[in-house]
Amino acid sequence: MAERCAVVGVGQTKHDARRIDVSQVGLVREAAERALENAELGWQDIDAVVIGKAPDLFEGVMMPELFLADALGGAGKPMLRVHTAGSVGGSTAVVAASLVQAGVHQRVLTVAYEKQSESNAMWALSIKIPFSQTIVAGAGGYFAPLIRGYMRRSGAPEDTGIRVAVKDRLNALKNPYAHLKFPDVDFDQVANSPMLWDPIRFLETCPSSDGACALVLAAEDAVGASPGKPAWVHATSMRSEPTMFSGRDQVNPQAGKDAAADLYKKAGITNPREEIDCAEIYVPFSWFEPMWMENLGFAPEGEGWKMTYEGATALDGDLPVNMSGGVLSSNPIGASGMLRFAEAALQVRGEAGEHQVDGARRALGHAYGGGSQYFSMWIVGEARP
Amino acid sequence: MSEEQKTVKAIDGPTRLEYRYSPGRASTRFLRGMEQKKILGQKCVGCGRVYVPPRGACARCGLPTEEEVEVQDTGTIVTFTIVRVPSQNIEIELPYCAASILLDGADIPFTALLRDVPVETVRLGMRVQGVWKPDAELGPSFDNIDHFTALDEPDVPFEKFQEHL
Ligand SMILES: [Zn+2]
Repeated sequence: MAERCAVVGVGQTKHDARRIDVSQVGLVREAAERALENAELGWQDIDAVVIGKAPDLFEGVMMPELFLADALGGAGKPMLRVHTAGSVGGSTAVVAASLVQAGVHQRVLTVAYEKQSESNAMWALSIKIPFSQTIVAGAGGYFAPLIRGYMRRSGAPEDTGIRVAVKDRLNALKNPYAHLKFPDVDFDQVANSPMLWDPIRFLETCPSSDGACALVLAAEDAVGASPGKPAWVHATSMRSEPTMFSGRDQVNPQAGKDAAADLYKKAGITNPREEIDCAEIYVPFSWFEPMWMENLGFAPEGEGWKMTYEGATALDGDLPVNMSGGVLSSNPIGASGMLRFAEAALQVRGEAGEHQVDGARRALGHAYGGGSQYFSMWIVGEARP
Repeated sequence: MSEEQKTVKAIDGPTRLEYRYSPGRASTRFLRGMEQKKILGQKCVGCGRVYVPPRGACARCGLPTEEEVEVQDTGTIVTFTIVRVPSQNIEIELPYCAASILLDGADIPFTALLRDVPVETVRLGMRVQGVWKPDAELGPSFDNIDHFTALDEPDVPFEKFQEHL
């Protein structure tokens, strides 16, 4: 029987295009200090540190965890780094939670970050390699054809992506930490924004951000030392699949379906749409909302777009999605997954401020990475499992 | 001068990367074929699916792809994007079409450049053919197929290729 684990502290930085007011050290420290403050704990209360970020080329610094160890209080304690591409913020939190659930540690600090302004992710993702043509322009160039495949397969109305973008950008206006804020955003503004990787428009795309997120996870015996309401970890799951195999369905990847099925089973959920109150999922390009609604089992295959259309995923819908403004509004890549997990925790702790979903008792946090090949997710709840 | 003005905000430290790639056996066969304008795939001993370029194994079955199969330089557009944004490593004039192409005889698509076709007219199911570089410029490289261009053939129905999205 695994130990119970809960989130007792949540911290994040203000996310921005260029946080040149701080170094990488200052950035992670900002998030970690806020998480400790939120948990009303000190550095001495932490048993181990788990850090995550995306590829080193994103800052051009090899193994940054080495020089970040002291700023994160890692000296004299176990410290390890997790890496699963864009999903890393999620899998980092899962690894940290598993250290508590396994009874190894009482309290673990977990931190994820990216300081994209220090290098060029588009460059890092479009490196010239000798065994294929270099024509895939960054993540947008990779994912745009999959979105077109989804549109053709589902027959979704062409403005579905625009509607998702408007919703997430309006939600971001309620989030003081969000990077991109367009106060006048509306359907026409998104529809008229330039096409970058057809069918993805500029305002349907995530930004490049600098930012960090941190969580303090505690075992049941240690939860009481932090006065806030704990967000109990009800279930975690991770799955991966090979980058290439014949017949691979990248529009609705098997690894995502398997991770979701495993997650719901562990959490005792049979009807996710009914039993989960809100979901913060990894949507770097607007069309991934309907795609992941299907992959996560919230909608039948081919019908995820109806949830967007019917307003089900709006802040006042029956399954609010990306209450924080999502990856579309803040994208410090390595931290993006953990920010989703953190938002789920904030919601069930009742600490989400203006973007709080009334009565949120159970929430899903989700991340994916690579060429849709890594998936990590968790369910947190108000009730002790 | 205030403390704020004295702070160093950023300094540039350029980094250069150079790869030396060891292709291994399956890719060597493929690259040697490319030198002779032949596209060599490999068939999985389990599911019989043909991989182009071959990697020596089928990740679907976890089995080797032992039988060599030559495939055509004609194929079908499975899906695509029109790129309208510049990228630092890519020197292709904008806008251009990056197409996911399933070659005739292959069971997995790859991404390639589509040219000489107005980008507004690109469709799923469109038939295309590879345009090879002049013989004098051929080497052990995927780039021997300079680009793909449209064929004057009827489109392939979506149902025929939709499992390759
Ligand atoms: Zn096979």
